[in-house]
Amino acid sequence: MARRKKKKFIAKKHTLMPKHVKLSEKDKKSLLEKYHINLKELPKILATDPAIQALGAKSGDVIKIVRHSPTAGEINFYRGVANE
Amino acid sequence: MATLKEYQDKLPPKLFEELKDETKGMADSKAKKVAEAVYEEFRMSRVEPGESVGLVGAESIGEPGTQMTLNTFHFAGVAEMNVTMGLPRIIEILDGRAKIKTPMMEIFLKNPYNKGKDIKKIALSVRETVFRDIATEFLINLADSTIEAKMSKKKMDDLSVTDNMVLKAITGTVKGITARIKENVLIVKTKGKEESLNEIYRLKEKLKDIFIKGVKGIKQVLPVKREDEFIIITAGTNLNEVLQLEFVDEERTITNDIFEIADILGIEAARQAIINEVYKVIESQGLNVDIRHIMLVADTICSAGRIKGITRYGVVSEKSSVLARASFETPIRHIINASLVGEVDELTSVVENVMLNQPIPVGTGLPGLVTKSTKVDK
Repeated sequence: MARRKKKKFIAKKHTLMPKHVKLSEKDKKSLLEKYHINLKELPKILATDPAIQALGAKSGDVIKIVRHSPTAGEINFYRGVANE
Repeated sequence: MATLKEYQDKLPPKLFEELKDETKGMADSKAKKVAEAVYEEFRMSRVEPGESVGLVGAESIGEPGTQMTLNTFHFAGVAEMNVTMGLPRIIEILDGRAKIKTPMMEIFLKNPYNKGKDIKKIALSVRETVFRDIATEFLINLADSTIEAKMSKKKMDDLSVTDNMVLKAITGTVKGITARIKENVLIVKTKGKEESLNEIYRLKEKLKDIFIKGVKGIKQVLPVKREDEFIIITAGTNLNEVLQLEFVDEERTITNDIFEIADILGIEAARQAIINEVYKVIESQGLNVDIRHIMLVADTICSAGRIKGITRYGVVSEKSSVLARASFETPIRHIINASLVGEVDELTSVVENVMLNQPIPVGTGLPGLVTKSTKVDK
């Protein structure tokens, strides 16, 4: 009777979930150049992360996250996609 | 306002919006003066390059933490439901414990249910119901080797459980038995030949925990009115299944289990949840910690893409220096392991240099300067 689905819920929108955008190759390059860093130095996001499933991102991509910060308003944060 | 345009890039968006509101209707020259003063103030209050933000953050959370220890025992437990609060909760979050002491959910409902429609019925439908909840008496009939369980009609009506649901749940979970219901008594008989008493007893215990309806893991429900809508607070958590129920507002429903959030909503949501949860504890204790310190800790915990607690298994295990790792916890094990593989300590961070009585390389955002030395001819 219980309507239990073993399937995992795919979250699309949630108050806790900020917007995730995949950076284009060009934007990625200019970002890394701006901060003089390489991809490995960025904070990571797993390729299996539920928030980026719709973006089809793979290892080596950079995800831009538009955070809502109580101190600064809207702020951009970047994470590099990593396998494990 | 054209005069403020140039400050848009210099100031954070929130500050800029505030500035725009405040200078509305001012003369352009005056507005520019205000903007200049605001920018100057903002520039002065920024973190300077080379500030040891981690150390400041640790002190800023640690000092109020000492106050919290004393308060914990007085405030433990909220009026209606027992919740881990105070320092134990902070430790739980920052250590990144996968199993938390008091998991809880706040289930928001969709219109019209959030106005109180069928609120009791909905709340009960979310709660996990096992056979134990409706049974009142268990008997083992030794002569026929059957189990007879008396069920309370009243409890079944309250939880809207029917005979059929019980039968289906029981025959669906346990194989090799026949079950029938006669006048509110469930009779379970094993199909095989004569079973030993021991096995029948084990079957009886198994029956008690058979899941009949609801959401697994939700042990208790409590509908409450918050502001002008009804929400359901639960003890126990199962974000995945609750979000799939059709009357649940899947955009606002939250749990206090950080790992579950990371699993269902992603690492960024988990970061936000860590900040919210830690801040909630600190606020409820009447303490005041700047939210930026908590953000820094949350960023550190989540920077690897999954939750890593501030423990010897989490972020500390990623430190490059052997001495730094050894200084945290279990020093001998770290040193033995490092010597077995011949690790080299580059002495690039703080702790190991303190040990060796050397100046410490400290500060966030400081560039390392490399110069080319040229020979000067005399």
